[in-house]
Amino acid sequence: MGLAKEFTKGLWSDIPPFRFVLGICPTLACSTTVKDGFGMGLCLTFVVAGSNIIISLLKKVIPDQVRIACFIAVIATFVVIVELATQAFAYELYLSLGIFIPLIVVNCIVLGRAEAFASKARNPLHYSIADGLGMGFGFTISLVAMAAFREIFGKGTFWGYHIMWSGFEPFTFLQKPPGAFAVFGLMLGIMNLFGEKKEM
Amino acid sequence: MEQEVWAFSDYLMLIVSAVFINNILLIRFLGNCPFIGVSKKMDTAVGMSFAVIFVLTCAGPLTWLAQTYLLEPFKVAYIQTLAFILVIAVFVQFVETVMKKVSPPLYRALGIFLPLITTNCAIFGTCILNIREEFDLLQSTIFSFASAAGFALALVLFAAIRERFAYARIPENFAGTAIGLITAGFIGMSFFAFAGLVK
Repeated sequence: MGLAKEFTKGLWSDIPPFRFVLGICPTLACSTTVKDGFGMGLCLTFVVAGSNIIISLLKKVIPDQVRIACFIAVIATFVVIVELATQAFAYELYLSLGIFIPLIVVNCIVLGRAEAFASKARNPLHYSIADGLGMGFGFTISLVAMAAFREIFGKGTFWGYHIMWSGFEPFTFLQKPPGAFAVFGLMLGIMNLFGEKKEM
Repeated sequence: MEQEVWAFSDYLMLIVSAVFINNILLIRFLGNCPFIGVSKKMDTAVGMSFAVIFVLTCAGPLTWLAQTYLLEPFKVAYIQTLAFILVIAVFVQFVETVMKKVSPPLYRALGIFLPLITTNCAIFGTCILNIREEFDLLQSTIFSFASAAGFALALVLFAAIRERFAYARIPENFAGTAIGLITAGFIGMSFFAFAGLVK
């Protein structure tokens, strides 16, 4: 597979969280508004790409038996960087994402890419970077798509701006937690119509 | 941090709120990967529930102690994420080793769920919530237990419904996870009925 293919597979054929149903918690929790979804997506992209780089560089050094612990330590370090960076430069985002920033540490997408891709000997460094960025952007696109649906119909706004007509009665159900489950389930079902279905 | 003494009823409120109103799985969205992953069969759901109750009730106070007596005195609270995940990972490994030695039947029942628990965001998320809500040691222990009980309740309810899917005719594209998520949404809606119960 070429470099471009490693990147683009994260955008459609293997797009998280729809193709692999992993990392569900942030998908559900951070998709109430487009702003949150986009911010969460970028944070995750940084962590996946960063941890893929380090793990790809260290894969010959890390002993096989303790690899998961090592991966988690690497990932946690990147999450701390994101935590401190959002606190300093995007405080509003830091407050609205809340505990879901530290929770990137236990996000299965990040650990999954480290385990299934970056740590494999056959994948060189630049492939791991492409894979990490692709997965991160794919996740961002999914979150923004889901958040757009929930925000436009649940609140009548997009990125905080009113876009629906004045008499529009928003479906507040979509903004509530059960709405998140329902929208995610529906989108997953629709995504299964296109492309091959992968069960976890 | 609030200084007033908590009455018994306050603790009761805390439990009711953690189990029903702010249910960790359905309303707070923590621990959804195992929620979808192990709910296909009732016995795995029950096993996972007990493992989570046990680990979370211990890990909650442990991380609270680590935060209060290690991270804060040394002014390194910014490595909270890293420290907590290490505490949880070490604790889970410890429980696994001890359980294998002391009680093989229990290990056979819960053992396979233990490695999964390290990366279960319900555990990690509740530990962080304990600190963010500024609970004291007793409150965080009770909150951890109640959260885990809420997790167990939602997971078992969900598994019971999901077992019935075997007899239902579901559109092919929705079979499996998709219909599961929609069902979870409906269970979440029923939990909304409790919303007016506290405060």
